[in-house]
Amino acid sequence: MAASILFDAPGPKTVVRHRLYSLLTIAALAALFGFLLWRLYQKEQFTYEKWEAFVTPGYIEALIFNGLLVTLQMAFTAVIAAVLFGVVFGLGKLSDHGFVRWPCWAVVEFFRAVPVLLMMIFIFGVYGITRGDSGAYWSVVFALIVYNGAVLAEVFRAGILAVPKGQAEAAYAIGMRKTQVNMLILLPQAVKIMLPAIISQCVVALKDTSLGFAVAAPGLTNVGEAIYLEENNQIPTVMVLAAIYITVNLLLTWIATWVQKKFVGEKKLEVPMVGDATTEELPK
Amino acid sequence: MDAVLDNRDLVVDAFTHTVLLFLLAGVMSLLLGTLLAAMRVGPVRSMRVFAAGYVTLVRNTPLVIVFIFFRYAAPKAGFNFNYVDIVWGDVRMNTFFAAAVAALTFYTASFVCEAIRSGVNAVPLGQAEAARAVGLPFGGTMTQVILPQAFRATVPPLASVQIALLKNTTVAGVFGVTEAAARLKIFTNDYATERLQLFLIFALVFVILVEILSFFAHRLERRWRIA
Repeated sequence: MAASILFDAPGPKTVVRHRLYSLLTIAALAALFGFLLWRLYQKEQFTYEKWEAFVTPGYIEALIFNGLLVTLQMAFTAVIAAVLFGVVFGLGKLSDHGFVRWPCWAVVEFFRAVPVLLMMIFIFGVYGITRGDSGAYWSVVFALIVYNGAVLAEVFRAGILAVPKGQAEAAYAIGMRKTQVNMLILLPQAVKIMLPAIISQCVVALKDTSLGFAVAAPGLTNVGEAIYLEENNQIPTVMVLAAIYITVNLLLTWIATWVQKKFVGEKKLEVPMVGDATTEELPK
Repeated sequence: MDAVLDNRDLVVDAFTHTVLLFLLAGVMSLLLGTLLAAMRVGPVRSMRVFAAGYVTLVRNTPLVIVFIFFRYAAPKAGFNFNYVDIVWGDVRMNTFFAAAVAALTFYTASFVCEAIRSGVNAVPLGQAEAARAVGLPFGGTMTQVILPQAFRATVPPLASVQIALLKNTTVAGVFGVTEAAARLKIFTNDYATERLQLFLIFALVFVILVEILSFFAHRLERRWRIA
């Protein structure tokens, strides 16, 4: 811990003191968790009946096939379409023509600022409500596409701006046209810088698929709801659902970190927040 | 337009709930998040491990699951907010509202912790070394050199987190709080022909709220910027 800016490397006395604090913390946390576990035990949350669903093959199958796989499918469909959306509007925001740039800016700002759930409820109201399960499914996917697409547009824009200026200048100097510079020089390099951000966006999309709960869309949360309504085992169900989401998200995060190390290095992409004044600057 | 104009009270009421959820959960998540961040960057190992574990677990759990936990699961173990029932004009802060605030607070706190940690990490190590080298004691190093810089670096990510919180308050609408999203859902059922206008009006209010937040964040950032 010598490398912390907040405190010096501790001396022998401080080490002993810190060890004491550490023990006290462990004791306090153990007491807290002990109390929680005891409370759960008291309320009969650890009985076989409460957990039976999660050792029954039928339920496990439902969790995996109707739950996890559908959720993953929704998230990846949304992210892939969102990448396209992001490329179009990200490049649009960098356009030299005001009549392209400003509408793109407005679309991106709007979809980034509007809550996904509000979007989802609206799309469900106009499109999904009469189409049953697939209507709910696509309402969730569409809402995720426009939201994540707007976020990714900002990521793309930041990624393209992060490519050293000399690259584009050199390309223009050897006589490339604007489209060529974008497609052959800037985008390929930008994608490399953006990959980790895109994978991280998968985590966001995956978590947001659970918002489908609001419109009774299929997916992991929906299966979980069905299970706890039938078995009345809310606590075990929440624990299992959370564990599944956390595992998948940690895997994705791990992949993102690996890609960052492998392809990008230390450089982190800076994406401005919604309503950030810097997003309104004219491209140079 | 009629749907909104005729029901102005309901719309104002819905957004009052939204803003209240945001303010309460915002302040509480900042407090809890700061506490977690202090544990996360502090010298005591078990505190660091605990805060890191909390952040990893909560950040990777969907907000809806956190809501289901506070709304449906925790009461089964006897943890509920039944004692909360504050009625204040048309605003009703009941057990659902309290569960929503709790869910938003615990969820957002993990992001606040990460934002603050990234702010602290943004201060170069040389700053602390230089401060110690010129003989500043621990308190001086902290208050004169490190914290002012860390605090400034923390403003933009914290603002992003709070903007996300504002948008996340809509999830409370699914769990029994009549805030903006829930009100929109009721309206779209009752006034099916005006769905588009309704959505645009509600969305616009959110855009305005977000812009206000980011305006203040920018002013803070600019005011505290070192030349």
